[in-house]
Amino acid sequence: MDFPILSSLILLPIVGALFLFFTKDKDGNNLTAKYVALFATIVNFLISIYLWISFDQTTSSFQFVEERVWIKDFINYKVGVDGISILFILLTAFITPLCIVSVNNTVKNRLRDFLIAILIMESFMIGVFCALDLVVFYLFFEAGLIPMFLIIGIWGGPKRVYSAFKFFLYTLLGSVLMLVAIISIYWISGTTDVIKLYELGIDAKYQNLLWLAFFSSFAVKTPMWPVHTWLPDAHVEAPTAGSVLLAAILLKMAGYGFIRFSLGLFPLASEVFTPLVYTLSVIAIIFTSFIALMQEDMKKLIAYSSVAHMGFVTLGIFTLQQQGIEGSIIQMLSHGLVSAALFLCVGVVYDRMHSRLIKSYGGIVTIIPKYSILFMLFTLAALGLPGTFGFVGEFLILMGAFKDNFLVAVIASFGVILGAAYMLWLYKRVVFGKLVNEDLKKMVDLNRSEYLILICLAVPTLFFGFYPEPLFNTIEVSVSDLINMHNLNIASK
Amino acid sequence: MNNLNLVFPEIFISLSVMFLLILGVFKKDSSQLTFNLSLVTILVAIILTVNETFSVNRITLFNESIVIDQMASLMKIITLIGAFLVLGISSSYLKSFKIFKIEYPILILSSVLGMMIMISSNDLMAFYMGLELQSLALYVLATFNRDQLKSSEAGLKYFVLSALSSGLLLYGCSLIYGFSGSTNFDVIANQLTSNDYALTFGIVFILVGLAFKISAVPFHMWAPDVYEGSPTTVTLFFTMVPKIAALTVFIRFLYVPFLNLIDQWQMIIVFLSIASMIFGAIAAIGQTNIKRLVAYSSIGHIGYTLAGLASGSNDGIQSSIIYISIYVVMNLALFSCLLMLKRNDQYYEDIDDLSGLSKNHPLLSLSLLIILFSLAGIPPLAGFFAKFYVFKAVIEQSMYFLAIVGLLSTVIAAFYYLRIIKIIYFDKEKEKYDSDHGIWLKFSLTFSTILILLYFIFPSQLIEVVSRIIII
Repeated sequence: MDFPILSSLILLPIVGALFLFFTKDKDGNNLTAKYVALFATIVNFLISIYLWISFDQTTSSFQFVEERVWIKDFINYKVGVDGISILFILLTAFITPLCIVSVNNTVKNRLRDFLIAILIMESFMIGVFCALDLVVFYLFFEAGLIPMFLIIGIWGGPKRVYSAFKFFLYTLLGSVLMLVAIISIYWISGTTDVIKLYELGIDAKYQNLLWLAFFSSFAVKTPMWPVHTWLPDAHVEAPTAGSVLLAAILLKMAGYGFIRFSLGLFPLASEVFTPLVYTLSVIAIIFTSFIALMQEDMKKLIAYSSVAHMGFVTLGIFTLQQQGIEGSIIQMLSHGLVSAALFLCVGVVYDRMHSRLIKSYGGIVTIIPKYSILFMLFTLAALGLPGTFGFVGEFLILMGAFKDNFLVAVIASFGVILGAAYMLWLYKRVVFGKLVNEDLKKMVDLNRSEYLILICLAVPTLFFGFYPEPLFNTIEVSVSDLINMHNLNIASK
Repeated sequence: MNNLNLVFPEIFISLSVMFLLILGVFKKDSSQLTFNLSLVTILVAIILTVNETFSVNRITLFNESIVIDQMASLMKIITLIGAFLVLGISSSYLKSFKIFKIEYPILILSSVLGMMIMISSNDLMAFYMGLELQSLALYVLATFNRDQLKSSEAGLKYFVLSALSSGLLLYGCSLIYGFSGSTNFDVIANQLTSNDYALTFGIVFILVGLAFKISAVPFHMWAPDVYEGSPTTVTLFFTMVPKIAALTVFIRFLYVPFLNLIDQWQMIIVFLSIASMIFGAIAAIGQTNIKRLVAYSSIGHIGYTLAGLASGSNDGIQSSIIYISIYVVMNLALFSCLLMLKRNDQYYEDIDDLSGLSKNHPLLSLSLLIILFSLAGIPPLAGFFAKFYVFKAVIEQSMYFLAIVGLLSTVIAAFYYLRIIKIIYFDKEKEKYDSDHGIWLKFSLTFSTILILLYFIFPSQLIEVVSRIIII
């Protein structure tokens, strides 16, 4: 058997966290802990790069599969990647070290515990993306709640308790039905192994209910309208690094779940419920874009824009077209980079002025020019300007949507305009205009670590905006096989 | 008298109880000695049980009134280990209240003896004898801190209500005897051909009595008061050990004599289960005292255990046993933490006393965090697997309603566990607590927390042991 590369990806952050446990905070700082955490996550990132390089792009079958008996005669611990999941692992491994660097300025107390929470979170998230057994998937999916609850609750803003509870209970409520569905699948098909379930298929008469049970979990996590209300609260109260993790990776677990499980396991039901998803997605795109326009809090605005972007993602997935699904995956990746960067941008000014309100800023372009340039880049990427990463996904999703349902695509296109409106307006109010406050003059531009993080995010945003080919090469075969399998299933019924 | 060796543990414990009683009376200042000897007694009983009965599949003794099978030996071992740890933890607590007396270990031993008889009983008479032996010892234990009003009140309440339930139980027994002509479980099972309403009444009466003992809703009223009033170590004993015995009797009673009447009792168990899960979750939200909260949470957990029983399959029985075993470990851990909240010989048991605990006692808070998330059933901790097995068995029987209600009530229950975590981690700190704890407390806390945390690595072992229990 080969070297268990996926398991080591999952385990390495936990090992790092164990090391951290033996360090001690001194005066609110803990260099050793930071270096250990950074080291673990960077090594993890390098391993995931290696994973991507040695990944065979010509096949859609699962690679690097590991299987071990876990609960005898019942569940096997099984992990593996295909073209759909590998990029999410890469994204997770890329974002986490940046989070740890960003901790430099933001987290003042219990630094060590914070880093431990982030590392454990990373390993759970990677676990979600490579789990090939429903129970293992559920385990990682739910376990992530614990560190995130603590990150929001301990290091969050003034309303952190309310937000942490809302986040936890909302997502838990969504997920318990999925647990019922997973156990039912075990009794219906005799296995929870995803690969075997792909081959066996699930009896048509159960598919609708099971699909709904999975949907209840993923819809909350995505989040889709009308169960999105936990997200703005959680984002606003979470510390910057927490927001970044939440926006960049946690939200992607649901999108990934839709593709892997909803489409893969329940093709007939997916067909049946497409109108439902379309409706909710379109409402999410238009409705939350309007809400975003009204926001006075920068983090809240970006949180609502996340809901709108995820609306595009769900729309793209359920077009069941090659372009749509590829677009959704690309959109998730770009949103992962861009929203992370935007939250970091908000974090930068928040650290200096301790306000997230849009009206307390204005005219800062001459005071902190470097920041303004980078913020501009990410704003443009968020609204989907051609040449940035944000454009590729949105464009493909709309293309897929036009093929499938003209009306939905037209309405969704308005979302693009609205997105431009709220992002540009945000940028205009914060960066341009008159100087609203004399204190703003004291702001200093990006320091070294902030500069480093934002540049790290800016490079792939631009690079993949111009040249998304490597990503498409990775996902293409897997997606087209998924669609072929789907069409076969539909045709055979 | 063949196979007398199978009841050696019981015989040994009863002889030890008598010996210790005499020793305690005639030798002055013998509290510590009795205490240590009781620990040794339990240890020997554990070894005897493992040695003599663990490999036995099913043998009946004493005119088939006592049965030794896989379930009996496993449950006895869990009971004994539980009693051993509780007794070990108790000493420092009792000493600080100046109630470190010879009676305490002896009462624990005799109640354990009662439970072991209950667990092995295959006859209504033997069952009732065991039940009364353990109950009488428990009444006294509840009032053990007799200088405190609350403790006496708890004991009296427990006595009155428990006596009432015993009465109902006896009435049920007499009805069953009247209609089947025997008190032996196997004979009753063979006699049950007709669907007599009176027999159903008998079952219902006995179920009510048993539901009382495990504090399932709507027969739970005594639990919060008794749990709050009793000395903390006794509360720990209440939440762990008698429940194991009562659950075993529950299983044996439902599945040996009355398996054929499953249509009659299944609805009752489902009702008890749903009511306990929902009530336990909702009533715990408003509590301010940790012991009261644990009472309600234990009501909820009994609901999940009953859900496994309601499924009417071997898988269900096994999942219930797994559930109660994991629950016992979690409870032990929780109470070990509670007993560590001590400052200048005073114990604190309000939830607010936990405020900001994480600042001064990071390790203790971390253990509490793990324990509480496990009690809430969040993966990958042991509590999740307990629930997972139960619902797996429930869904196998297509009882979706029960499964969905149960899982939704875990969400409600998660709220109050989260509230405690919030108080520990998010709130302002208070004064430091003592950090010099006895070796027993430290051991039981570390041991149980590690078990909870790392259970997911080796989940098969427990299942393998439990899967040898085949009742139907």
